Amino acid sequence: MLKVTLKQSTPIKLDVDFSCESGETLALVGPSGAGKSTVLRCIAGLSLSGHGQVLCKNETWFDSDTSVNKTPQQRRVGMVFQNYALFPHLTVADNIKLALDKRIPDSQYTIEKLLDQVNLSGLEQRYPAQLSGGQQQRVALARALARQPQVLLLDEPFSAVDKVTRRKLYLELNTLRRHLDMPVILVTHDLDEAAMLADSLCVIHHGKTLQHGSPEQVLYQPINSAVARQVDVRNILKGRLKVHHGKLMLEWHHYVFSVSRLTGFVEEQDVFFALSPEKILLHQRVRPSRGEQENPVAGIIRDRVTLRGITTVLFSVELAKGAILQMDLPEHVAMRNKLNIGEMIRVSLLSDAIHVMAE
Amino acid sequence: MDWQAFEVSIMLAVLTCLSLLPIGLSLAYLLVKSNFMGRGVIEAIITLPLVLPPTVLGYFLLVGMDNDSFLGSLFVSLTGESLAFSFAGLWFASIIYSLPFAVQPMMRSLERIEPEIREAAWCSGLSKWSTFFKIELPLAWPGIITAMVLCFSHTLGEFGVVLMIGGNIAGETRTLSIAIYDSVLAFEHQQAQTMSLILLAIALVTISVVYSFNRTKVLRF
Repeated sequence: MLKVTLKQSTPIKLDVDFSCESGETLALVGPSGAGKSTVLRCIAGLSLSGHGQVLCKNETWFDSDTSVNKTPQQRRVGMVFQNYALFPHLTVADNIKLALDKRIPDSQYTIEKLLDQVNLSGLEQRYPAQLSGGQQQRVALARALARQPQVLLLDEPFSAVDKVTRRKLYLELNTLRRHLDMPVILVTHDLDEAAMLADSLCVIHHGKTLQHGSPEQVLYQPINSAVARQVDVRNILKGRLKVHHGKLMLEWHHYVFSVSRLTGFVEEQDVFFALSPEKILLHQRVRPSRGEQENPVAGIIRDRVTLRGITTVLFSVELAKGAILQMDLPEHVAMRNKLNIGEMIRVSLLSDAIHVMAE
Repeated sequence: MDWQAFEVSIMLAVLTCLSLLPIGLSLAYLLVKSNFMGRGVIEAIITLPLVLPPTVLGYFLLVGMDNDSFLGSLFVSLTGESLAFSFAGLWFASIIYSLPFAVQPMMRSLERIEPEIREAAWCSGLSKWSTFFKIELPLAWPGIITAMVLCFSHTLGEFGVVLMIGGNIAGETRTLSIAIYDSVLAFEHQQAQTMSLILLAIALVTISVVYSFNRTKVLRF
C-alpha cells in the first residue's frame, strides 16, 4: 500500500493526501499545471516536497518530520515518463536489462518474459529510434516493471501516441494491470482515460486534492462545484433549497424540483447542482412518458451536435432566464422525435439525476 | 623536414588532449549541472582564449610562469627547473588555450541529454556514477570526440602562444608551426611546404573522421 501526504507552498503549491492499495490503480486527474506530475516526482524521489510523508508498504520513503528522504535508487519505483525517456543508445533488450536486478540469474529469459507481457516479443535488438510511439511506450512499461517495483508510476503515458494506438494501449494496460500486485498511480488530464483504467480517481487542482473516490462517485457525484468543473460536468447550475409542503426542495428560478438525495443540506442554503446530460428525460410528443410528472421543464432547441451516434441537444429554458442546458440522446431518438433547432421540447429532470453540491 | 619539431608537436597535442579529457569533462559537467552564481563569469573565462589575440594570452601566461610568480616558483621548487620556455610550460599553456575547444562541444552534448533520461536511469536503480558512465558518457560521446579532435588540431597548429612562452628551443619547445615559420624566414620553401602539407593532411583527416563518426551516431539515435 502507498500512502502519500504532501504539503508545500513553493515552487508549486501542493496539498495532497491519498492512499492506494496494492493492485489498485489510482488516477490523478486535473488540468495541466495542477501539480499531478510533481506529486508523481515526489513519490519517485525526483523532487523534494517541503512537508509530508510517502509511505510504501512498511517502508518510509520520505518523512519531513524525521528527515528521511530515500533516493530514487532506494525507492524501487517503476516509472513510465511522458516522453518514455528510453536510453537511445541501447537496444530494447539493453534498456530493460539495465533496470533488472543484477542478481537475476537468467536475465535473457526475464527480458523475453517482460517483453511478452507488454506484447513486444521479437523486437529485442531494435533501437528506440526504430520503434513506433506505441512500441516505445511498451518498452518503457517493460523497463519500469523490470525493476520489480513496489509502486508503478505512469506519467501521462498515452499523450505521445495517436488515437488509434492509444485505444489499443488502453486495452493492453487494462489487461496488464489485473496481473500487477503493486499500487499503480496514473497521471492524466483525460477523464475518459482515467475512468476507463482506474479503480479510483483523485482530482487535483492548484496542487490540492479536491476529491478522491470511485470514478462513478467523482464523475457523477462531485462534492462541490470546483470538482464538477474539473470533471467536465456540463450542466452546473445554481439554486436554493426551500421547504415546500413540508419537504426540502430545490428552487431554480421559477421551478421547484424534488431531489432524491439532500442529506446534509439545510433550508435556505444556496447550492450548486449538476444534471448529467444523459440522464435528462425527453418527453415524446406523441406518447407522454411516465416521467412527465417529475420535475418537468420546457425549452427551445438552440443547437444540436452528433458525434459517434450520440446527439447533444442544447436548449434554453425561458423560465430560467434563458439558461442553456445540455441533453445527450441516442442519434435515432433525436431523429425520430424531429429535434430541430427552434423547436420547443419538454423534458424531465429526474429527481435521481439531480446532484446537489455545496458551493 | 624537421622531424624533431614534428615529434614535439605530436607529443604536445596528444598530452594536451589526454589532460583536457578529464579537465574539460569535469568543467563541462559542472557548468551544465549546477546553476550557481557566477556561472556566466566562469564560462566567459573558459571561452576567453577563443577571442583573445594569441600574443596577449601568451604574454599573460609568460608573466604567470615567471619564476617570481606563484605558479613559476611552485614549479621551480618542485622540479628545480623554470616553467617558462620549457615543454612543461608549453603543455600547461596548451591546456589553457585549448580549453574552450574542449569544454564547449562537451557542454553542448551534455546539455542535449534530456533530464528525464537521467531520471529514468535513477528510477531504474542506477547510481549517479553508473548513470554517468552507462548513459551520459555514451550519449555525450560525439561531443567528446569532437572536442578531442578540435583540441588536437588546434594544439598542433597553434603559433602565437607557443612563440611567446616556448621560444624556439629545438627538441623542447620548437613545434611544427614554429619550424614552418623558421623555414620561410630562411627561404627554405620546400621544407616549409612539406611541413605545411603534413599539418593540412592531419587536419583534414581528423575533421573527416569526426564528421563521419558523428553522422553514424546521429543516424542510429
